[in-house]
Amino acid sequence: MAATTETVEQVQTLANDGYKHGFVTDIEMETAPKGLSEDTVRFISAKKNEPEWLLEWRLTAYRHWLTMPEPQWAKVKFDPIDYQDSYYYAAPKSDDDRPKSLDEIDPKLLETYKKLGIPLLEQELLAGVAVDAVFDSVSVATTYKKKLEEVGVIFCPISEAIQTHPELVRQYMGSIVPYGDNKHAALNSAVFTDGSFVYIPKGVRCPMELSTYFRINAENTGQFERTLIIADEGSYVSYLEGCTAPQRDEHQLHAAVVELITMDDAEIKYSTVQNWYPGDEEGRGGIYNFVTKRGLCRGRNSKIAWTQVETGSAITWKYPSCVLEGDGSIGEFYSVAITNNMQQADTGTKMIHIGKNTRSTIVSKGISAGRADQTYRGLVKILASAEGAQNHTQCDSLLIGDQCGAHTVPYIECANPTASVAHEATTAKISDEQLFYCLQRGLSEEEAVSLIVNGFCKEVMKTLPMEFAVEAQKLIGISLEGSVG
Amino acid sequence: MALLEVKNLHASVGGKEILKGIDLVIEPGEVHAIMGPNGSGKSTLSYVLAGRDGYEVTEGSVQYDGQDLLALAPDERAGAGLFLGFQYPVEIPGVTTMNFLKTALNAVRQYREEKPLDAMQFLKYVRERAAMLNVTDDMLRRALNVGFSGGEKKRNEILQMAVLEPTLAVLDETDSGLDIDALKVVAEGVNAMRTPERSMLIITHYQRLLDYIQPDHVHVLANGRILRSGGKELALELEEKGYGAITGAEAA
Ligand SMILES: Nc1ncnc2c1ncn2[C@@H]1O[C@H](COP(=O)(O)OP(=O)(O)O)[C@@H](O)[C@H]1O
Ligand SMILES: [Mg+2]
Repeated sequence: MAATTETVEQVQTLANDGYKHGFVTDIEMETAPKGLSEDTVRFISAKKNEPEWLLEWRLTAYRHWLTMPEPQWAKVKFDPIDYQDSYYYAAPKSDDDRPKSLDEIDPKLLETYKKLGIPLLEQELLAGVAVDAVFDSVSVATTYKKKLEEVGVIFCPISEAIQTHPELVRQYMGSIVPYGDNKHAALNSAVFTDGSFVYIPKGVRCPMELSTYFRINAENTGQFERTLIIADEGSYVSYLEGCTAPQRDEHQLHAAVVELITMDDAEIKYSTVQNWYPGDEEGRGGIYNFVTKRGLCRGRNSKIAWTQVETGSAITWKYPSCVLEGDGSIGEFYSVAITNNMQQADTGTKMIHIGKNTRSTIVSKGISAGRADQTYRGLVKILASAEGAQNHTQCDSLLIGDQCGAHTVPYIECANPTASVAHEATTAKISDEQLFYCLQRGLSEEEAVSLIVNGFCKEVMKTLPMEFAVEAQKLIGISLEGSVG
Repeated sequence: MALLEVKNLHASVGGKEILKGIDLVIEPGEVHAIMGPNGSGKSTLSYVLAGRDGYEVTEGSVQYDGQDLLALAPDERAGAGLFLGFQYPVEIPGVTTMNFLKTALNAVRQYREEKPLDAMQFLKYVRERAAMLNVTDDMLRRALNVGFSGGEKKRNEILQMAVLEPTLAVLDETDSGLDIDALKVVAEGVNAMRTPERSMLIITHYQRLLDYIQPDHVHVLANGRILRSGGKELALELEEKGYGAITGAEAA
């Protein structure tokens, strides 16, 4: 049974059990003063009832942020961001401000949900409809948490973990992505409002994809999200972030931070489907998605695998990376990035080999259509200590039409002569022959493009968790609608 | 009523006129062969019928199954039962032959207002047809035409025809590059598809294929015109005398 159906059914069960009135939120609407200042940071920290050390950490990050320049090296163009012109903390919207039913939602959005085959109830959640309390995420969370507690997995909002597991949070938060890493990471450290925390104890294989839960909880954590996943010795977890359905969101700037850490023999598989609003055909609107994601393979023979399907956002700036510290550890990066119309993406990865016999694999598939522009930017760095390290990089670009661009910028630094690094890159176009061949077999232009592009991305798509792969495939087709003909 | 009626068809590619007035009538159930030297316009005719971009009809008309074929988009033509077996089948990396066939069949079924087949139904459906053409499961699992030998590609075209069950199949040099055994397999596949309703237009350079597929009519195409039409004996005459005898004599 698909996880989503499962959720809905569980939610229904809960409803029948009399939870109807249990979880109506009655948090007052409260918004931090407009703009960014120490006061804003203090306000957020106080709202969250945070310990002193965390407030100090946020403030240090904020002061550091003030001194940092915007990253300049990405091949993306946009007007300077006015940081003083937004709000950094808003309590969840009250039901009065939300759409009352799907009738009030943009039909285009609903059309996409329908194409993705998303159940009606979930459509309501995603569209931010003020649904009955029975769909309150809290009740769903409760069900899942029980299952997870049985095996000792901690999975909760990071704001909760700060209260309940301060020692773990304090030890690891900022240890993989320090606040000074880049300006966006510093901003996130100063003003993050929520995100997820995961701890998998020694020897535990997490009994479920940590996905459905997130999907239900995705609301209102979007803008400055912070995620920390710790996989203790010999444990395994597959974590799924995001959603194939386009999400409604008013914030333009997203600056998330994700930190992963694996101890000996542990493995984290982190999959993302990013489908934030990309802006219209002329490039008006759309999300700026500036994300810092990094995993540390601290333990021997541990493994971190990133899979990402990036189809949304006006601008994507994102380099999920692996620091391979433990001997024999493995880093993998599988990426599909689609840019259409006026979208821009500068994305790739960094593989830092420190331990002996560390291995990394990079497979990047970039698809560009319309007047979009995208760049694969990757660093493979082999330190002198990394005896016998191996990397294999495959970067393929597919162009649709002749007004788009694709660029590949691989950096390789190798300080150990026993290491092997291999890089392959290709650029292709969807040919008229391929399109005509498909049309002649009865496929519409859109079906043809979707089929060809999915074929092109196959290596990456097959690393996605099963139930998600099907939706992601459809999403690829939808993202490229109108790109030919 | 004729299934296909081509009248005074003129078409150009890149501003150059290639077809210079083709007339052709195909009745339901008939098999026609078009023969002609390289460059005579055989593939161009097949592309024009299938509606390929860049193949511009400058004059004439094509009626298909009671409708104006030229007014339909290429995928609509496929949906209406027109199939083209390509002279040079196209590779699509990462898309398994199986998946391609399923997507195509369900697309065409949608035009026929039939329900899509699910994975199990489809598997059974395709295996029956694949067996006849010696197409192995391994081939079905490979990416469409990627790394296929010439013979495999052509068998794959015929398999697609068998799966899509068209009303009019245009087969463009399905025989070229095949050894005699592969040729027999392909011919058997084609013959098995013959019904009183289904028509075929077989384009070939050599008469060899016509030893195995008996055409009702044979046309000789040269320089964008049909120079002669006749029964299957015309193919034999061509074999004996060569194209020069016909084209040279009648083009003058
Ligand atoms: N894309 C094209 N642009 C210009 N000329 C073309 C194009 N395709 C085919 N031709 C020309 O049209 C003529 C007929 O080609 P074709 O239909 O492929 O012949 P056949 O299939 O009989 O060998 C040839 O002279 C060929 O050079
Ligand atoms: Mg030809």
